Amino acid sequence: MAIESDVLVIGGGLAGLTSALASARVGADTRLVSYKQSTLRNASGLVDVLGYTPAGEGPLTDPYAAIPSLPTEHPYRTVGVERIREALSLFDEVVPNYRGGHTDTNALVPTHGGTIKPTARYPAGASAGLASDGRDVLLVGLESMVDFDAPHAAAHLEAAGVPFDVRGVTIRFPGDLRADAKVTRYAKLLDTNGDVAVRGRNRPVREALAERVNAELDGEARVGFPAILGDDDTAGVRAALSDALGAAVFEVPMGPPSLPGLRLEDALFDALDRAGGRFETGNPVVDSDGEGRIERVYIEKNGARIPNSADQYVLATGGLVGKGVDSDRGRVYEPIFDCHVPHADDRYEWFEGEAFGDHDFARFGVRTDEDLRPVGGDGSVEFDNLRAAGSVLGGYDFAAEKSGSGVSISTGYAAGRRAAQEAQ
Amino acid sequence: MASAPHIAVIGGGSTGIGIARDLSMRGLDVTLLEQGNLTHGTTGRMHGLLHSGGRYAVSDQASARECIEENRVLRDIAGHCVEMTGGLFVKRPEDSEEYFQEKLEGCRACDIPAEVVSASEARAMEPHLAKDIDKAISVPDGAVDPFRLVAANAASASEHGARIETHSTVEDLIVEDEEVVGVEVEHASGAGERVHGTEGGREEIRADYVVNATGAWAGRIGDMAGVDVEVRPSKGVMTIMNTRQVDTVINRCRPKGDADIVVPHETTCILGTTDEEVEDPEDYPEEQWEVDMMLETLTELVPMLEEARTIRSFWGVRPLYEPPNVGSDDPTDITRDYFLLDHAERDGLEGMTSIVGGKLTTYRMMGEEISDHVCEQFGIDAECRTADVPLPGSEDFSVLRDYMDEFGLRSPIGRRSVERLGSRADEVLKTDGPNPTVCACEGVTRAEIQDAIGQSGSDLNAVRIRTRSSMGNCQGGFCCHRMANELHDEYDEATTRAAWDELLEERWRGQRHALWGEQLSQAMLNYALHATTQNRDNDPADGDPVDFAAFDDGVEPADGSPRGGVATDGGEYCGD
Repeated sequence: MAIESDVLVIGGGLAGLTSALASARVGADTRLVSYKQSTLRNASGLVDVLGYTPAGEGPLTDPYAAIPSLPTEHPYRTVGVERIREALSLFDEVVPNYRGGHTDTNALVPTHGGTIKPTARYPAGASAGLASDGRDVLLVGLESMVDFDAPHAAAHLEAAGVPFDVRGVTIRFPGDLRADAKVTRYAKLLDTNGDVAVRGRNRPVREALAERVNAELDGEARVGFPAILGDDDTAGVRAALSDALGAAVFEVPMGPPSLPGLRLEDALFDALDRAGGRFETGNPVVDSDGEGRIERVYIEKNGARIPNSADQYVLATGGLVGKGVDSDRGRVYEPIFDCHVPHADDRYEWFEGEAFGDHDFARFGVRTDEDLRPVGGDGSVEFDNLRAAGSVLGGYDFAAEKSGSGVSISTGYAAGRRAAQEAQ
Repeated sequence: MASAPHIAVIGGGSTGIGIARDLSMRGLDVTLLEQGNLTHGTTGRMHGLLHSGGRYAVSDQASARECIEENRVLRDIAGHCVEMTGGLFVKRPEDSEEYFQEKLEGCRACDIPAEVVSASEARAMEPHLAKDIDKAISVPDGAVDPFRLVAANAASASEHGARIETHSTVEDLIVEDEEVVGVEVEHASGAGERVHGTEGGREEIRADYVVNATGAWAGRIGDMAGVDVEVRPSKGVMTIMNTRQVDTVINRCRPKGDADIVVPHETTCILGTTDEEVEDPEDYPEEQWEVDMMLETLTELVPMLEEARTIRSFWGVRPLYEPPNVGSDDPTDITRDYFLLDHAERDGLEGMTSIVGGKLTTYRMMGEEISDHVCEQFGIDAECRTADVPLPGSEDFSVLRDYMDEFGLRSPIGRRSVERLGSRADEVLKTDGPNPTVCACEGVTRAEIQDAIGQSGSDLNAVRIRTRSSMGNCQGGFCCHRMANELHDEYDEATTRAAWDELLEERWRGQRHALWGEQLSQAMLNYALHATTQNRDNDPADGDPVDFAAFDDGVEPADGSPRGGVATDGGEYCGD
């Protein structure tokens, strides 16, 4: 007999988790299944809503004001501004360590490459780093960490015209970490405040690190580190460093593997657990039954195909990166249900000549009706009980717009709520 | 004339750089001028085959003999640039038996070691060969890294006093009394190493003799002095796979044809190629059918290629030349041999010789012949030593030991660094600070990047070709910003930003021909990392000023009440 639930969410990224949360919180029996590591480990952990219009205007101060003018195929037009606000309120409630909910106005967060990124929500650990805060900044890089060069980022921020003085220094991390140590190695060491050997003497790492930074500090009120300041106890690590330095401490978001992204994933899984949602990770959905209405899907586990059935389904398998949308030389497709993905026949029309051109591929994904149900080429609903959320949706370029998290959270929320409502 | 004649060599491909090394080792004063980076033209756009000569053993035995001779020389003098993979000419059932025998006899006639191997032996060597192949001939083909080879030649030429100018375009030849006496050069960023943002300038370089080694561009240089050099540029595609599906060079054993070779190269395989005459070596169509043909035709030899991931494709232009009286219609009929055109004998123009045709495998021999010719003009009797003196990096292979412990590098990164650097490993890898990995796909460490920056100025594409950083599966998604970070130690932020953007654009160009399946997924990830996480596409440093005061400064209102949004439980479906 099949494993059953009211709502089955396929995909464990931001959209899938939000969707399952929204569904579980209204009392639906909800299961989430996910296959690979979620793409949150690649994400900066910032929760953007809209930073730039599709025409490239921005950075936008008010993301909500621009939404009614987006193209009609944009997922934000499908869910509407009110749903986006509700979804973010849910997010604010279940992920308490994020900031930015006090205002509609975007924040500008320094990036590890030295630019600034507009975002609606940011981890508490990044809040002292905002570019609209006038206090002077010291950025601290680590000699063996190639992803963040503090003097380079500082010079770049200066070129960007930030309203404060910013300086970058490179220090050697105390202790004897290998040159290729992973970010999690630094984070664990800081979490536990383990001892490190400095000039033949063992000292707690937070103290030893603060001492090296203190030697470089020249009255700056804020000190920024790459995002390695703890995993389980990031607030404790920041507070300890802040006390020792007499300055506010913040993290600069980084690329993969991104601790802020992983922390966000953990927080959402915890919230789903608290809300009574069930989840199973590590096994792919490989097939489904049903014409016009999905009866069951099959999950491959240790070589066996296990049927899972639900009243309602949410497809939140991601875009090209997460393999919720795939392609070969001839076509672009959605691999589980074969939902229609509009694309040009000639693959040389999928991209533009410049690296940051207006690429078609960046907008690949399924199209939906106003209820987020995928539609075929003729506009008709493919399955009555399937909704799509997050990057598997097409019609928007999240990278150019800086809208990926906002679309995932708002469509995830809307799809999860609707699925739960239909199931009950 | 000064104590030694001054020779201007135009062209920084393998031919030009080989000439520069040879002449400077013979004591002549050399200036080499290249319009782009070293290897900018055809040299940097080839499949990396170190020919055994087998490919020419039927159609062009003179070229075949030169190839096997130079194949042996390069193994000696450039060991750190060469990987002796061995090669197979594979016969499928539909391929001609007669041609197979001709190939075998041809190899033997040209002194190319060649053995027939059965289908099962061939498949034991290369398990991914098609099950239905008939048999194969084994030959000493290999893989050569053209970038490393040219960089080593340039280093050697510099050691012998040559001046190497990249990003320096020859705008005109200076001709006086029917003699070429120098060149007019436009430097993109001032003389010496390239530095972004440095003002360029024009320079008149007087020379006692000029060598035109510009390959497919030779006709343009000829035009500047009113002489015809009838180069027939012919384009060919090369498609790079994500991994080494084969470890041996795989050739199809049949007469000329497209899509008939797979060359294992570093971490990848390169599929080649097509052969289409083009008008302009800088502006020709890069066509989808060419990429599709590589995958579809070569699948007949290596079936798994059908489903494999390609990471990019690139095109090169062969600088084919044939003497005026031959008149081949099909570019595949044009000889692969090289020709030395003395414009005094040919056109009554003193002071310049052009060298055209040829191939990378015989670059040294071409350099020797033209250097002999130049020395003859000045009555200089100096022996060529380029076949005997190893290139920098290949002097002493005792250094190819395990550097893991000594430099704190993890294998296989240590092994790969040392393979690339050869005997320079000590000098490059012994640094004071930690030596983290910058490019994980290709195992390139900070020390190697810094060494390359020292050689190539602020040009990250020049760093790339010296180190292979950003040339692996991720195509720079994870390391372009790291390379920029390394550059910022020495160059200012604006210079670094220009070099960074240029690297991103270069990496994008070749990937466009591989955008489906895994590589499209990779391209989207790279785009997201660069645009979303780094906001490289909307860098405020490049654009309009930002009104920082209009954005959230992080200060929350004192009463803690939200200014926007709605209460969490305010939705109409709320049930908890």
